[in-house]
Amino acid sequence: MSFLRDALLVAGKDLRIERRSRVALQQIIPFGGVVVMLFAFALDSDRTLLHQAAPGLFWAAVLLAVLLAVGRSFAIEEANRARDGLRLSGLDGGSIFLGKAAAVAVELFLLEVIVGAAVVVLYDVSVRGAVVLLCAAVAATVGLAATGTVYGVLAGGLRARETLLPLLVLPAVTPVMLGATRSFQAALDGTPGDAWPWVQLLTAFAVLAVAAGTVAFGPLLEEA
Amino acid sequence: MKRLFLATTVVSLGVTAVFALWVTPPRADQGFDAVRLLYLHAPTAWIAYLAFGVTALASLLWLFPRTRSATWDLLAGASAEVGVVFTGLTLVLGSLWGRPTWGTWWEWDARLTTTAILFFLYLGYLALRRTGTTADERGKRSAIAALIAFADVPVSYLSVTWWQTLHQQGTVFNERLSVKIDGSMAFTLVAAVVSFTLLYGYLVLERFELAQLEEGREARELERAIAERVRAEHVEVAPV
Repeated sequence: MSFLRDALLVAGKDLRIERRSRVALQQIIPFGGVVVMLFAFALDSDRTLLHQAAPGLFWAAVLLAVLLAVGRSFAIEEANRARDGLRLSGLDGGSIFLGKAAAVAVELFLLEVIVGAAVVVLYDVSVRGAVVLLCAAVAATVGLAATGTVYGVLAGGLRARETLLPLLVLPAVTPVMLGATRSFQAALDGTPGDAWPWVQLLTAFAVLAVAAGTVAFGPLLEEA
Repeated sequence: MKRLFLATTVVSLGVTAVFALWVTPPRADQGFDAVRLLYLHAPTAWIAYLAFGVTALASLLWLFPRTRSATWDLLAGASAEVGVVFTGLTLVLGSLWGRPTWGTWWEWDARLTTTAILFFLYLGYLALRRTGTTADERGKRSAIAALIAFADVPVSYLSVTWWQTLHQQGTVFNERLSVKIDGSMAFTLVAAVVSFTLLYGYLVLERFELAQLEEGREARELERAIAERVRAEHVEVAPV
Protein backbone atom coordinates (compact mmCIF):
# COMPACT_ATOMS: atom_id res chain seq x y z
CA MET A 1 0.00 0.00 0.00
CA SER A 2 3.01 2.24 0.23
CA PHE A 3 2.65 2.66 -3.55
CA LEU A 4 -0.65 4.52 -3.15
CA ARG A 5 0.61 6.40 -0.11
CA ASP A 6 3.58 7.64 -2.14
CA ALA A 7 1.22 8.69 -4.93
CA LEU A 8 -0.89 10.65 -2.43
CA LEU A 9 2.27 12.27 -1.11
CA VAL A 10 3.26 13.50 -4.58
CA ALA A 11 -0.31 14.61 -5.39
CA GLY A 12 -0.43 16.47 -2.06
CA LYS A 13 2.84 18.20 -2.83
CA ASP A 14 1.66 19.40 -6.25
CA LEU A 15 -1.73 20.55 -4.95
CA ARG A 16 -0.12 22.37 -2.02
CA ILE A 17 2.15 24.24 -4.44
CA GLU A 18 -0.90 25.16 -6.53
CA ARG A 19 -2.83 26.31 -3.46
CA ARG A 20 0.00 28.59 -2.45
CA SER A 21 1.06 29.87 -5.89
CA ARG A 22 -2.53 30.12 -7.19
CA VAL A 23 -1.37 29.63 -10.79
CA ALA A 24 -4.13 27.14 -11.54
CA LEU A 25 -6.78 29.27 -9.88
CA GLN A 26 -5.71 32.65 -11.21
CA GLN A 27 -4.36 31.72 -14.63
CA ILE A 28 -5.52 28.34 -15.94
CA ILE A 29 -9.19 28.56 -14.92
CA PRO A 30 -9.62 32.14 -16.20
CA PHE A 31 -7.96 30.95 -19.43
CA GLY A 32 -10.73 28.35 -19.77
CA GLY A 33 -13.29 31.12 -19.28
CA VAL A 34 -11.70 33.29 -21.99
CA VAL A 35 -11.75 30.37 -24.44
CA VAL A 36 -15.47 29.82 -23.76
CA MET A 37 -16.05 33.50 -24.47
CA LEU A 38 -13.97 33.40 -27.68
CA PHE A 39 -16.04 30.52 -29.05
CA ALA A 40 -19.14 32.64 -28.60
CA PHE A 41 -17.51 35.42 -30.65
CA ALA A 42 -16.43 32.90 -33.30
CA LEU A 43 -20.00 31.69 -33.72
CA ASP A 44 -21.27 35.28 -33.66
CA SER A 45 -23.12 34.54 -30.41
CA ASP A 46 -25.76 32.62 -32.36
CA ARG A 47 -27.75 31.08 -29.51
CA THR A 48 -29.01 27.95 -31.29
CA LEU A 49 -25.60 27.20 -32.78
CA LEU A 50 -23.87 27.68 -29.43
CA HIS A 51 -26.46 25.52 -27.75
CA GLN A 52 -25.87 22.69 -30.24
CA ALA A 53 -22.10 22.93 -30.17
CA ALA A 54 -21.84 23.42 -26.39
CA PRO A 55 -20.48 19.91 -25.51
CA GLY A 56 -17.74 20.12 -28.14
CA LEU A 57 -16.78 23.67 -27.26
CA PHE A 58 -16.69 22.81 -23.57
CA TRP A 59 -14.30 19.91 -24.15
CA ALA A 60 -12.17 21.91 -26.58
CA ALA A 61 -11.74 24.51 -23.81
CA VAL A 62 -10.82 21.74 -21.34
CA LEU A 63 -8.31 20.24 -23.79
CA LEU A 64 -6.53 23.57 -24.18
CA ALA A 65 -6.46 23.97 -20.41
CA VAL A 66 -4.91 20.47 -20.09
CA LEU A 67 -1.87 21.78 -21.97
CA LEU A 68 -1.44 24.57 -19.45
CA ALA A 69 -2.03 22.32 -16.44
CA VAL A 70 0.49 19.74 -17.64
CA GLY A 71 3.03 22.39 -18.61
CA ARG A 72 2.68 23.88 -15.15
CA SER A 73 2.91 20.46 -13.47
CA PHE A 74 6.36 19.96 -15.00
CA ALA A 75 7.48 23.58 -14.79
CA ILE A 76 7.44 23.25 -10.99
CA GLU A 77 9.81 20.28 -11.33
CA GLU A 78 12.25 22.30 -13.45
CA ALA A 79 12.62 25.08 -10.89
CA ASN A 80 15.38 24.57 -8.30
CA ARG A 81 16.12 21.23 -9.98
CA ALA A 82 13.16 19.69 -8.18
CA ARG A 83 13.22 16.95 -10.81
CA ASP A 84 16.51 15.71 -9.39
CA GLY A 85 14.99 15.81 -5.92
CA LEU A 86 12.08 13.71 -7.10
CA ARG A 87 14.49 11.27 -8.69
CA LEU A 88 16.56 10.98 -5.54
CA SER A 89 13.53 10.69 -3.26
CA GLY A 90 13.48 6.90 -3.65
CA LEU A 91 9.80 6.97 -4.61
CA ASP A 92 8.72 4.48 -7.26
CA GLY A 93 8.34 6.01 -10.75
CA GLY A 94 4.81 4.62 -11.05
CA SER A 95 3.67 6.24 -7.82
CA ILE A 96 5.17 9.59 -8.83
CA PHE A 97 3.22 9.32 -12.08
CA LEU A 98 -0.04 8.51 -10.30
CA GLY A 99 0.49 11.39 -7.88
CA LYS A 100 1.25 13.97 -10.54
CA ALA A 101 -1.60 12.77 -12.77
CA ALA A 102 -4.01 12.84 -9.82
CA ALA A 103 -3.06 16.42 -9.01
CA VAL A 104 -3.64 17.45 -12.63
CA ALA A 105 -6.98 15.58 -12.60
CA VAL A 106 -8.13 17.43 -9.46
CA GLU A 107 -7.25 20.78 -11.05
CA LEU A 108 -9.08 19.80 -14.22
CA PHE A 109 -12.20 18.81 -12.26
CA LEU A 110 -12.27 22.20 -10.63
CA LEU A 111 -11.84 23.81 -14.03
CA GLU A 112 -14.59 21.68 -15.57
CA VAL A 113 -17.06 22.68 -12.85
CA ILE A 114 -16.36 26.39 -13.28
CA VAL A 115 -16.09 26.38 -17.09
CA GLY A 116 -19.14 24.09 -17.21
CA ALA A 117 -21.13 26.64 -15.21
CA ALA A 118 -20.00 29.36 -17.62
CA VAL A 119 -21.11 27.23 -20.59
CA VAL A 120 -24.53 26.59 -19.01
CA VAL A 121 -25.09 30.30 -18.48
CA LEU A 122 -23.49 31.74 -21.61
CA TYR A 123 -24.57 29.10 -24.15
CA ASP A 124 -28.06 28.63 -22.70
CA VAL A 125 -27.71 24.91 -21.90
CA SER A 126 -30.11 23.07 -19.62
CA VAL A 127 -28.38 20.29 -17.68
CA ARG A 128 -29.86 16.81 -18.06
CA GLY A 129 -28.57 13.28 -17.43
CA ALA A 130 -26.33 14.21 -14.51
CA VAL A 131 -25.16 10.62 -13.91
CA VAL A 132 -23.92 10.23 -17.48
CA LEU A 133 -22.30 13.66 -17.41
CA LEU A 134 -20.47 12.81 -14.20
CA CYS A 135 -19.29 9.36 -15.37
CA ALA A 136 -18.12 10.72 -18.72
CA ALA A 137 -16.37 13.66 -17.08
CA VAL A 138 -14.55 11.44 -14.57
CA ALA A 139 -13.37 8.95 -17.21
CA ALA A 140 -12.37 11.71 -19.63
CA THR A 141 -10.52 13.69 -16.98
CA VAL A 142 -8.52 10.68 -15.80
CA GLY A 143 -7.60 9.89 -19.41
CA LEU A 144 -6.59 13.48 -20.13
CA ALA A 145 -4.56 13.88 -16.95
CA ALA A 146 -2.75 10.56 -17.44
CA THR A 147 -1.94 11.14 -21.13
CA GLY A 148 -0.87 14.70 -20.43
CA THR A 149 1.41 13.59 -17.61
CA VAL A 150 3.10 10.91 -19.78
CA TYR A 151 3.87 13.48 -22.47
CA GLY A 152 4.76 16.06 -19.85
CA VAL A 153 7.67 13.96 -18.61
CA LEU A 154 8.50 12.89 -22.18
CA ALA A 155 9.02 16.54 -23.18
CA GLY A 156 10.28 17.61 -19.73
CA GLY A 157 13.70 19.25 -19.63
CA LEU A 158 13.91 19.59 -23.41
CA ARG A 159 14.69 22.93 -25.04
CA ALA A 160 11.45 23.30 -27.02
CA ARG A 161 9.13 21.63 -24.50
CA GLU A 162 6.48 24.40 -24.45
CA THR A 163 5.89 24.14 -28.19
CA LEU A 164 6.42 20.39 -28.37
CA LEU A 165 3.86 19.48 -25.70
CA PRO A 166 0.70 20.58 -27.59
CA LEU A 167 1.80 18.75 -30.75
CA LEU A 168 2.35 15.56 -28.75
CA VAL A 169 -0.69 15.72 -26.48
CA LEU A 170 -3.50 16.94 -28.73
CA PRO A 171 -3.44 14.19 -31.39
CA ALA A 172 -3.12 11.57 -28.65
CA VAL A 173 -6.22 12.74 -26.78
CA THR A 174 -8.52 12.97 -29.82
CA PRO A 175 -10.41 9.81 -28.70
CA VAL A 176 -11.21 11.59 -25.41
CA MET A 177 -12.41 14.69 -27.23
CA LEU A 178 -14.67 12.55 -29.41
CA GLY A 179 -15.98 10.29 -26.63
CA ALA A 180 -16.58 13.07 -24.11
CA THR A 181 -18.32 15.29 -26.65
CA ARG A 182 -20.59 12.51 -27.89
CA SER A 183 -21.56 11.32 -24.41
CA PHE A 184 -22.27 14.89 -23.26
CA GLN A 185 -24.31 15.46 -26.40
CA ALA A 186 -26.36 12.32 -25.76
CA ALA A 187 -26.96 13.23 -22.11
CA LEU A 188 -28.02 16.79 -22.89
CA ASP A 189 -30.28 15.60 -25.73
CA GLY A 190 -32.13 13.44 -23.21
CA THR A 191 -30.92 10.13 -24.69
CA PRO A 192 -28.43 8.95 -22.04
CA GLY A 193 -28.62 5.38 -23.38
CA ASP A 194 -26.61 6.47 -26.43
CA ALA A 195 -23.85 7.79 -24.18
CA TRP A 196 -22.74 4.54 -22.55
CA PRO A 197 -20.67 3.14 -25.45
CA TRP A 198 -18.75 6.43 -25.46
CA VAL A 199 -18.30 6.30 -21.67
CA GLN A 200 -16.91 2.80 -22.14
CA LEU A 201 -14.47 4.14 -24.74
CA LEU A 202 -13.41 6.89 -22.32
CA THR A 203 -12.94 4.37 -19.51
CA ALA A 204 -10.87 2.04 -21.70
CA PHE A 205 -8.72 4.98 -22.79
CA ALA A 206 -8.25 6.10 -19.18
CA VAL A 207 -7.25 2.60 -18.03
CA LEU A 208 -4.74 2.24 -20.89
CA ALA A 209 -3.28 5.71 -20.30
CA VAL A 210 -2.86 5.11 -16.55
CA ALA A 211 -1.28 1.69 -17.18
CA ALA A 212 1.10 3.02 -19.85
CA GLY A 213 2.08 5.96 -17.66
CA THR A 214 2.72 3.84 -14.58
CA VAL A 215 5.11 1.63 -16.58
CA ALA A 216 6.85 4.32 -18.63
CA PHE A 217 7.19 7.15 -16.12
CA GLY A 218 10.04 5.74 -14.04
CA PRO A 219 12.44 5.18 -16.95
CA LEU A 220 11.51 8.58 -18.44
CA LEU A 221 12.26 10.39 -15.21
CA GLU A 222 15.69 8.77 -14.92
CA GLU A 223 18.52 10.35 -16.85
CA ALA A 224 19.82 8.08 -19.59
CA MET B 1 24.64 -3.56 -54.10
CA LYS B 2 22.77 -0.39 -53.35
CA ARG B 3 22.81 0.51 -57.05
CA LEU B 4 21.25 -2.82 -57.89
CA PHE B 5 18.59 -2.17 -55.25
CA LEU B 6 17.88 1.25 -56.74
CA ALA B 7 17.78 -0.15 -60.29
CA THR B 8 15.31 -2.88 -59.28
CA THR B 9 13.14 -0.31 -57.55
CA VAL B 10 13.08 2.00 -60.57
CA VAL B 11 12.33 -0.85 -62.99
CA SER B 12 9.49 -2.21 -60.84
CA LEU B 13 8.02 1.28 -60.42
CA GLY B 14 8.21 1.69 -64.20
CA VAL B 15 6.42 -1.60 -64.84
CA THR B 16 3.74 -0.61 -62.32
CA ALA B 17 3.29 2.77 -64.01
CA VAL B 18 2.82 1.15 -67.44
CA PHE B 19 0.23 -1.29 -66.08
CA ALA B 20 -1.55 1.34 -64.00
CA LEU B 21 -1.78 3.91 -66.79
CA TRP B 22 -2.34 1.83 -69.94
CA VAL B 23 -3.10 -1.83 -69.29
CA THR B 24 -5.78 -1.67 -66.58
CA PRO B 25 -9.31 -0.58 -67.55
CA PRO B 26 -11.05 2.56 -66.24
CA ARG B 27 -13.99 1.92 -63.91
CA ALA B 28 -17.29 3.78 -64.12
CA ASP B 29 -18.08 3.31 -60.41
CA GLN B 30 -14.67 4.65 -59.31
CA GLY B 31 -14.50 7.88 -61.27
CA PHE B 32 -13.40 6.32 -64.61
CA ASP B 33 -9.70 7.05 -65.04
CA ALA B 34 -9.47 8.24 -61.43
CA VAL B 35 -9.51 4.58 -60.40
CA ARG B 36 -5.83 4.52 -61.40
CA LEU B 37 -5.17 6.41 -58.17
CA LEU B 38 -5.84 3.06 -56.48
CA TYR B 39 -2.37 1.91 -57.57
CA LEU B 40 -0.83 4.85 -55.72
CA HIS B 41 -3.21 5.36 -52.83
CA ALA B 42 -3.36 1.78 -51.52
CA PRO B 43 0.42 1.17 -51.71
CA THR B 44 1.28 4.49 -50.02
CA ALA B 45 -1.13 3.64 -47.20
CA TRP B 46 0.47 0.19 -46.88
CA ILE B 47 3.95 1.76 -46.75
CA ALA B 48 2.79 4.16 -44.02
CA TYR B 49 1.62 1.24 -41.85
CA LEU B 50 4.75 -0.77 -42.66
CA ALA B 51 7.02 2.17 -41.84
CA PHE B 52 5.39 2.81 -38.47
CA GLY B 53 5.49 -0.92 -37.73
CA VAL B 54 9.23 -0.94 -38.39
CA THR B 55 9.61 2.13 -36.18
CA ALA B 56 7.70 0.43 -33.36
CA LEU B 57 9.74 -2.78 -33.70
CA ALA B 58 13.06 -0.91 -33.78
CA SER B 59 11.93 1.12 -30.74
CA LEU B 60 11.14 -2.09 -28.84
CA LEU B 61 14.55 -3.49 -29.73
CA TRP B 62 16.16 -0.29 -28.47
CA LEU B 63 14.23 -0.41 -25.19
CA PHE B 64 15.09 -4.06 -24.56
CA PRO B 65 18.48 -3.89 -22.76
CA ARG B 66 19.96 -6.94 -24.47
CA THR B 67 19.40 -5.63 -27.99
CA ARG B 68 19.98 -1.94 -27.27
CA SER B 69 22.07 -0.30 -29.96
CA ALA B 70 22.15 3.11 -31.62
CA THR B 71 21.29 1.35 -34.90
CA TRP B 72 17.71 0.69 -33.77
CA ASP B 73 17.18 4.29 -32.74
CA LEU B 74 18.42 5.62 -36.08
CA LEU B 75 16.40 3.02 -37.99
CA ALA B 76 13.26 3.97 -36.04
CA GLY B 77 13.79 7.62 -36.93
CA ALA B 78 14.54 6.92 -40.60
CA SER B 79 11.50 4.70 -40.99
CA ALA B 80 9.19 7.20 -39.25
CA GLU B 81 10.35 9.98 -41.57
CA VAL B 82 9.53 7.93 -44.64
CA GLY B 83 6.26 6.88 -42.97
CA VAL B 84 5.17 10.48 -42.39
CA VAL B 85 5.85 11.37 -46.03
CA PHE B 86 3.81 8.38 -47.21
CA THR B 87 0.98 9.12 -44.76
CA GLY B 88 0.84 12.65 -46.16
CA LEU B 89 0.81 11.25 -49.71
CA THR B 90 -1.97 8.82 -48.76
CA LEU B 91 -4.10 11.67 -47.45
CA VAL B 92 -3.49 13.89 -50.48
CA LEU B 93 -4.02 11.11 -53.04
CA GLY B 94 -7.12 9.89 -51.23
CA SER B 95 -8.48 13.42 -51.21
CA LEU B 96 -7.85 13.74 -54.97
CA TRP B 97 -9.64 10.44 -55.54
CA GLY B 98 -12.49 11.33 -53.18
CA ARG B 99 -13.41 14.45 -55.13
CA PRO B 100 -14.55 12.66 -58.35
CA THR B 101 -15.98 9.55 -56.65
CA TRP B 102 -17.49 10.81 -53.37
CA GLY B 103 -17.98 14.39 -54.47
CA THR B 104 -15.92 15.79 -51.61
CA TRP B 105 -12.24 16.42 -50.86
CA TRP B 106 -12.61 15.33 -47.27
CA GLU B 107 -15.09 13.37 -45.21
CA TRP B 108 -14.95 12.95 -41.41
CA ASP B 109 -15.10 9.21 -41.67
CA ALA B 110 -13.28 6.87 -39.31
CA ARG B 111 -10.55 5.80 -41.76
CA LEU B 112 -9.74 9.34 -42.87
CA THR B 113 -9.83 10.74 -39.36
CA THR B 114 -7.63 8.06 -37.81
CA THR B 115 -5.14 8.44 -40.69
CA ALA B 116 -5.01 12.21 -40.16
CA ILE B 117 -4.37 11.62 -36.45
CA LEU B 118 -1.62 9.16 -37.39
CA PHE B 119 0.01 11.87 -39.49
CA PHE B 120 0.07 14.32 -36.58
CA LEU B 121 1.15 11.73 -34.00
CA TYR B 122 4.25 10.93 -36.02
CA LEU B 123 4.93 14.59 -36.85
CA GLY B 124 5.10 15.01 -33.07
CA TYR B 125 7.40 12.01 -32.87
CA LEU B 126 9.76 13.52 -35.45
CA ALA B 127 9.68 16.87 -33.62
CA LEU B 128 10.57 15.07 -30.38
CA ARG B 129 13.57 13.48 -32.11
CA ARG B 130 14.89 16.89 -33.15
CA THR B 131 14.99 18.51 -29.72
CA GLY B 132 18.75 18.12 -29.39
CA THR B 133 19.59 16.07 -26.36
CA THR B 134 22.01 13.18 -25.85
CA ALA B 135 21.67 10.14 -28.13
CA ASP B 136 20.62 7.88 -25.24
CA GLU B 137 18.06 10.34 -23.93
CA ARG B 138 16.64 10.80 -27.44
CA GLY B 139 16.56 7.03 -27.94
CA LYS B 140 14.59 6.46 -24.75
CA ARG B 141 12.07 9.26 -25.16
CA SER B 142 11.41 8.67 -28.83
CA ALA B 143 11.14 4.89 -28.41
CA ILE B 144 8.40 5.31 -25.81
CA ALA B 145 6.64 7.97 -27.91
CA ALA B 146 6.80 5.65 -30.95
CA LEU B 147 5.17 2.80 -29.05
CA ILE B 148 2.34 5.06 -27.82
CA ALA B 149 1.77 6.48 -31.31
CA PHE B 150 1.69 2.99 -32.86
CA ALA B 151 -1.56 2.26 -30.96
CA ASP B 152 -3.37 4.25 -33.66
CA VAL B 153 -2.11 2.06 -36.54
CA PRO B 154 -4.36 -0.99 -35.90
CA VAL B 155 -7.28 1.35 -35.13
CA SER B 156 -6.80 3.08 -38.46
CA TYR B 157 -6.37 -0.19 -40.34
CA LEU B 158 -9.43 -1.85 -38.80
CA SER B 159 -11.60 1.28 -38.78
CA VAL B 160 -13.33 0.28 -42.03
CA THR B 161 -14.41 -3.02 -40.44
CA TRP B 162 -15.32 -1.59 -37.05
CA TRP B 163 -17.42 1.35 -38.19
CA GLN B 164 -19.74 2.16 -41.08
CA THR B 165 -17.45 4.24 -43.21
CA LEU B 166 -17.68 5.93 -46.56
CA HIS B 167 -14.23 4.55 -47.24
CA GLN B 168 -14.47 1.11 -48.81
CA GLN B 169 -13.35 -2.02 -47.00
CA GLY B 170 -10.13 -3.85 -47.74
CA THR B 171 -9.84 -4.85 -51.37
CA VAL B 172 -7.59 -7.83 -50.67
CA PHE B 173 -7.59 -8.36 -46.91
CA ASN B 174 -11.30 -8.22 -46.12
CA GLU B 175 -13.42 -10.41 -43.85
CA ARG B 176 -13.79 -13.25 -46.37
CA LEU B 177 -10.27 -12.92 -47.67
CA SER B 178 -11.62 -12.78 -51.21
CA VAL B 179 -9.95 -10.47 -53.65
CA LYS B 180 -12.63 -8.10 -54.90
CA ILE B 181 -10.97 -7.08 -58.14
CA ASP B 182 -9.68 -9.29 -60.87
CA GLY B 183 -7.19 -9.77 -63.66
CA SER B 184 -4.95 -6.90 -64.60
CA MET B 185 -6.16 -4.72 -61.72
CA ALA B 186 -5.19 -7.24 -59.05
CA PHE B 187 -1.84 -7.83 -60.72
CA THR B 188 -1.13 -4.11 -60.98
CA LEU B 189 -2.07 -3.56 -57.34
CA VAL B 190 0.31 -6.32 -56.24
CA ALA B 191 3.05 -4.94 -58.50
CA ALA B 192 2.48 -1.47 -57.04
CA VAL B 193 2.70 -2.77 -53.47
CA VAL B 194 5.92 -4.65 -54.25
CA SER B 195 7.57 -1.72 -56.03
CA PHE B 196 6.56 0.76 -53.33
CA THR B 197 7.92 -1.58 -50.68
CA LEU B 198 11.22 -1.63 -52.58
CA LEU B 199 11.11 2.16 -52.74
CA TYR B 200 10.47 2.30 -49.00
CA GLY B 201 13.43 0.01 -48.34
CA TYR B 202 15.69 2.13 -50.52
CA LEU B 203 14.60 5.42 -48.93
CA VAL B 204 15.03 4.07 -45.39
CA LEU B 205 18.48 2.75 -46.29
CA GLU B 206 19.54 6.16 -47.64
CA ARG B 207 18.06 8.03 -44.70
CA PHE B 208 19.62 5.61 -42.21
CA GLU B 209 23.09 6.02 -43.72
CA LEU B 210 22.68 9.79 -43.69
CA ALA B 211 21.66 9.69 -40.01
CA GLN B 212 24.74 7.60 -39.21
CA LEU B 213 26.96 10.13 -41.00
CA GLU B 214 25.30 12.98 -39.09
CA GLU B 215 25.91 11.23 -35.79
CA GLY B 216 29.53 10.59 -36.76
CA ARG B 217 30.05 14.21 -37.73
CA GLU B 218 28.67 15.43 -34.43
CA ALA B 219 30.99 13.14 -32.51
CA ARG B 220 34.00 14.25 -34.59
CA GLU B 221 33.19 17.93 -34.16
CA LEU B 222 32.89 17.49 -30.44
CA GLU B 223 36.28 15.79 -30.32
CA ARG B 224 37.84 18.53 -32.41
CA ALA B 225 36.36 21.24 -30.20
CA ILE B 226 37.74 19.54 -27.11
CA ALA B 227 41.16 19.15 -28.73
CA GLU B 228 41.19 22.84 -29.75
CA ARG B 229 40.23 23.89 -26.26
CA VAL B 230 42.99 21.80 -24.74
CA ARG B 231 45.53 23.27 -27.19
CA ALA B 232 44.37 26.83 -26.53
CA GLU B 233 44.65 26.44 -22.78
CA HIS B 234 48.04 24.86 -23.17
CA VAL B 235 49.25 27.88 -25.18
CA GLU B 236 47.87 30.31 -22.63
CA VAL B 237 49.40 28.45 -19.75
CA ALA B 238 52.87 28.17 -21.39
CA PRO B 239 54.13 31.78 -20.84
CA VAL B 240 53.43 31.62 -17.08
